[in-house]
Amino acid sequence: MTSTTDNLVRMANQIAANLQHEPDVPKAVAEHIRLFWDPRMRQLILAPDVSGVSPDVASALDQLRDAS
Amino acid sequence: MTYQPQSDFGTPAATSDAQITLTIDGRTVTVPAGTSVMRAAAEQGTSIPKLCATDSLSAFGSCRLCLVEIDGRRGTPASCTTPVEPGMVVHTQTPRLQKLRKGVMELYISDHPLDCLTCGANGDCELQDQAGAVGLRDVRYQPVETHLGQAKDQSNPYFDFDPSKCIVCSRCVRACDEVQGTLALTVQGRGFGSKISAGIASDNFLGSECVSCGACVQACPTATLIEKKVVEIGTPERAVVTTCAYCGVGCTFRAEMRGEQLVRMVPWKEGKANRGHSCVKGRFAWGYAQHQERILKPMIRRSIQDPWQEVSWDDALAYAASELKRISATYGKQALGGITSSRCTNEETFLVQKLVRAGFGNNNVDTCARVCHSPTGYGLKTTFGTSAGTQDFDSVEDSDVILVIGANPTDGHPVFASRMKRRLRKGAKLIVIDPRRTDLVRSPHIEAQHHLALQPGTNVAVLTAMAHTIVTEGLVNEAFVKERCDWDEYQDWASFVSEDRNSPEALEPVTKVPAADLRAAARLYATGGNGAIYYGLGVTEHSQGSSTVMAIANLAMATGNIGRRGVGVNPLRGQNNVQGACDMGSFPHELAGYRHISDAATRALFEREWGVQLESEPGLRIPNMLDAATDGVFKAIYIQGEDILQSDPNTHHVAAGLEAMECVIVHDLFLNETANYAHIFLPGSTFLEKNGTFTNAERRIQPVRKVMTPLNGYEDWEVTQKLAQALGLDWNYAHPSEIMDEIARLTPSFAGVSFDRLDQEGSLQWPVNESAPDGSPIMHVDGFVRGKGKFVVTDYVPTDERTGPRYPLLLTTGRILSQYNVGAQTRRTDNVVWHEEDLLEIHPVDAENRGIKSGDWVRLASRAGETTLRATVTERVAPGVVYTTFHHPLTQANVVTTDYSDWATNCPEYKVTAVQISPSNGPTEWQESYAKLQNNARRIAKAEAAE
Repeated sequence: MTSTTDNLVRMANQIAANLQHEPDVPKAVAEHIRLFWDPRMRQLILAPDVSGVSPDVASALDQLRDAS
Repeated sequence: MTYQPQSDFGTPAATSDAQITLTIDGRTVTVPAGTSVMRAAAEQGTSIPKLCATDSLSAFGSCRLCLVEIDGRRGTPASCTTPVEPGMVVHTQTPRLQKLRKGVMELYISDHPLDCLTCGANGDCELQDQAGAVGLRDVRYQPVETHLGQAKDQSNPYFDFDPSKCIVCSRCVRACDEVQGTLALTVQGRGFGSKISAGIASDNFLGSECVSCGACVQACPTATLIEKKVVEIGTPERAVVTTCAYCGVGCTFRAEMRGEQLVRMVPWKEGKANRGHSCVKGRFAWGYAQHQERILKPMIRRSIQDPWQEVSWDDALAYAASELKRISATYGKQALGGITSSRCTNEETFLVQKLVRAGFGNNNVDTCARVCHSPTGYGLKTTFGTSAGTQDFDSVEDSDVILVIGANPTDGHPVFASRMKRRLRKGAKLIVIDPRRTDLVRSPHIEAQHHLALQPGTNVAVLTAMAHTIVTEGLVNEAFVKERCDWDEYQDWASFVSEDRNSPEALEPVTKVPAADLRAAARLYATGGNGAIYYGLGVTEHSQGSSTVMAIANLAMATGNIGRRGVGVNPLRGQNNVQGACDMGSFPHELAGYRHISDAATRALFEREWGVQLESEPGLRIPNMLDAATDGVFKAIYIQGEDILQSDPNTHHVAAGLEAMECVIVHDLFLNETANYAHIFLPGSTFLEKNGTFTNAERRIQPVRKVMTPLNGYEDWEVTQKLAQALGLDWNYAHPSEIMDEIARLTPSFAGVSFDRLDQEGSLQWPVNESAPDGSPIMHVDGFVRGKGKFVVTDYVPTDERTGPRYPLLLTTGRILSQYNVGAQTRRTDNVVWHEEDLLEIHPVDAENRGIKSGDWVRLASRAGETTLRATVTERVAPGVVYTTFHHPLTQANVVTTDYSDWATNCPEYKVTAVQISPSNGPTEWQESYAKLQNNARRIAKAEAAE
C-alpha cells in the first residue's frame, strides 16, 4: 500500500469511529465516503491489497463495491 | 463622493418606543424619549456648538459649549446631558448663549497653539469649526502659564499625540472605555495639571496597554490625536465606503482619499457589522497595498530552479493555458485543480470554482476554509440545515450568558470583542472554554464566571459532560425540543449523554476540568437567560472538529437557545470572506448554496447557465490534492490568494506535493511561500483596487468598492476571466455586478441580492429571497431550515496524536491581534512593531524543567518536523501545553503540525500536536535550507533591453 492509501485507511477508520452511534454504521460510513471522497480515493481504498481497516469499514467498502 | 465628515448627532440615539414632541428654535420636533436636547436639535437640522460630545459616546457635559436656554428653567443647561420633555421650548441661539459660548471658547483658545495653517487637522478640526461657530474673533487673555510646547508622543507607528493641542475633553478616554473597552487611557492629574495619559505616567502610547484601535483618534476633536498619514499627506478630499479585507467581522470603512492616494481608513458609523468601530489592522494596517515587494507584472519560469522572467499579461495567460491544456491532454483532466480564497470577493471566488468545474472539467476545487471552518459547514448543516451562524452581531446586546469556546475574540475578532465586552460590563455572564487564559478571561471590569482550561483535544468530552449535567439535572427546555426538534433523536441523544461515563466526574481525568466547575458552567448556560455560544478555530481545527460543532448545536437546541436575539450558535470566521467562499460553491462536493454535486436537478441548473456538462462526483480536497500530487497523478493547480505552504499543516508534505506538480499558478499580491514552487505568477489586486462583495460571519453581504486603479492593471476577477478566455471559454463579464446577478440566478439564498440593492441597503444578510426579501438577521426563527432540529450523538474519540516520552507536551497554535493569518499583509506594515517574530509560550514549570528562560531560543520538535523560535515563559498556558502563532515564514510553525485532521472534513488538527521543547542555539537545518530556497525562488531576471 502507498502512504496515500495508508492515510485513506486511517481516515476511513476515523470516520467509522465517529459514526458508531448511527443505526447502521457501515452504511453511514459508505455514504460519507460516497459524498465526500473523490473517485480515485474510493478506488484506492477499494483495492484488494488494502489492509488495516476496521470491521465496520470493511463492510462499508463491500457496500461501495456492490454499488459500483 | 465628495468629502463630507460623517454626521455627528452629539449623543447616541435613544431606543424608546415612546415619542416626545418639543419645540426647538420655534420648530417642533418629535424624538424618542431619552433623546438629548442636543440630538433632537441635530435631527431637525440645528447644530448646537459642542466639543466634548460625539454620538458614539455617552453625554459627558464638560465643555460647557452646548448650553441652551429652556423656557421655564433657570440657567443655561448643557443640551448634551438634558433629556427632552414633552412641550419643552428650547432656544439654541440667544445673545446670552452667544456671550457664554464665546467666553468658553476664548478660554480654550487662550491655551491652544494658533498654528492652524500648518496644523495637520487644518480644515478637519472641530475646535477650529466651533471657534467659527461661536463667532470668536479675539482672545483677550495673555498667556502666562499654558500647556503649549509639550513634547509630542510619536511612539505609535500610526498616530501622534500632541498634548499641547489637547483640550482635555476626555473623548479619547471615553472612547477607549466605552467603544473599545480596553481602558488604556486616563486623565492624569487634576485641574490645570490634567493631562491625557496612556497607561501610567511613564508609559508612552506604544508601551502602554493601548491596542491602537483608533477609537481615540476618531473621537479627538482637535489635532491632539491625529493619523501620521494625515500629517504627511494632508486632509482627504473624497471618501468611498468599502469593506475591510481582514477578519470575518467585516467592518465597513470610509476610504478617505486624495486623488488615488489613500489618506486614511475611518470606520463607517452606519456600518452594521462594526457600528463605527475598528481595530489596528483595518484602521491602520493597509500599507501593504503599496509595499515595494508587491509584484505588479506577470512572471513565468519553466522550472522552479530558474529565476522568474517578467512577461506581458497575454504571454503569461497564453503560457498558463497551454500548460493546463498540455497537462490535461497528457494526464487526464483530473490532474488539474484550483483553490479559491477567503480573502477574495464572492465574485472572484465564484469565478475560480466555475473555471475549475466548467473549464478544467472536474470538481477539484477547494478553499482555504478547508483548513479553518469546513467543520462548521458540516456540523451546522447536519444539525440545523444551514452551513452558517444563526445570529447577527447586534444580537449579543441581548445575551445574558456568553459562552466562548475555542476562540480568542479580543485578538482574532477585536471589533466584535469590544461589543461583547460592552455587554459583559453591563452584567452578562461569561464562560470561557479554552486551554489558554485568553485576555477575555480577565480584563478591566470583566471576569469570566468560569474558565474551563481543558486539555487540548477534549472539546467533545467537555461539551458532552455539560450536556450530561443539563439533561440529568432536568435543565432541558423540553417544550422547545418537542416543538422544534426530532423528539426520537433527542431521546437517543439524551440517553447517551446521561450515561455515567459521560458525567463531568467520569471525564475529568480526560478533560482536566474540575467536575464541579464544569457542572456550574453547564447550569449557568442552561438557566442564566439568553445563552449565546461563540466559537472559533479552537473548535474546528481538531480531529473531532465537526463533532464539536454538532455538540455545540446539541447544547443550544436542548436549552432552547436558538431562533431569537441574544442566543444562538455563532462561528467567528477567521478571514474576511470565509462565509462567502463557502457559500459560493468552493468545496469540491457542492455547488453554490451548499447543494451536493450529485444532485442532478441542481447540476442541471448550472449546466444550463454555463452550457457545459458537469461531473457528478466530488472532487479532491486540498490535502487530497497534495496526496494525489505526490502520487504523481495531480499535476497542475491554480491558487488564487492563498499561501498553502505557510498556512497548511505539515509543510514538508505540502512542499513535496507542490514540487511534484508540473504547473503551479499562483495569483497573489506577493511572491508568497507557495510561489517558491510556482511556475506562473499572476499579480493580484488588493481590496482597495476592486469591486465586489464580501460576506462576513453574520452572513452579511457587503460591498467592496474600488477606490484606486489596480497597480497590477486588473482586478482579480478580470484575471480569472482572461485565463478562462485563454482556455477557450466564452466569458464576457463587464463588471462584477454581472457575476453577482449570475450567483443570484443560481443560488436560492442569494435570489434577492444585487449590487443595486446592496447600494441601497448598505448590506444584506442571506437568505435574501421571496420569503425574506430584506434578508435574515436571525436564522431558524420559526423552525429549522432542515425542518426539525437534529440531535447528533457525539461520542468522544481521542485523537491519534498522543503525547509520550519523546513528545511530552501539547502544542496549540493561534494568532495575535496585530498579525493576520500567514502575515503576508500585516508583516508588510508597521504592525511588526508589536510582533516581529513568532514566540513560543511555555508554562514556568515546563520551562524550568528544561532550563528555559524568556527570550531563549528553543527547538520545537514533533513527529512531523522541527523549528526554532524564542520562548516566552507565561502562565497563560497550562503546564503541559505550549502555544505559538504562525505568522512568520521563517519560523513556519506548520513544519511541526501533522497530517491528522477532522474525521468528516479533513480540516487539519492544528490545535493538537505532541511536541518536545529543548534549548537551542540556532536555526534548524530545515530553516537554513528553507531560507536559501526562499532567496533562490525570488530571483527575478532583468528584462532584456528593447532593441
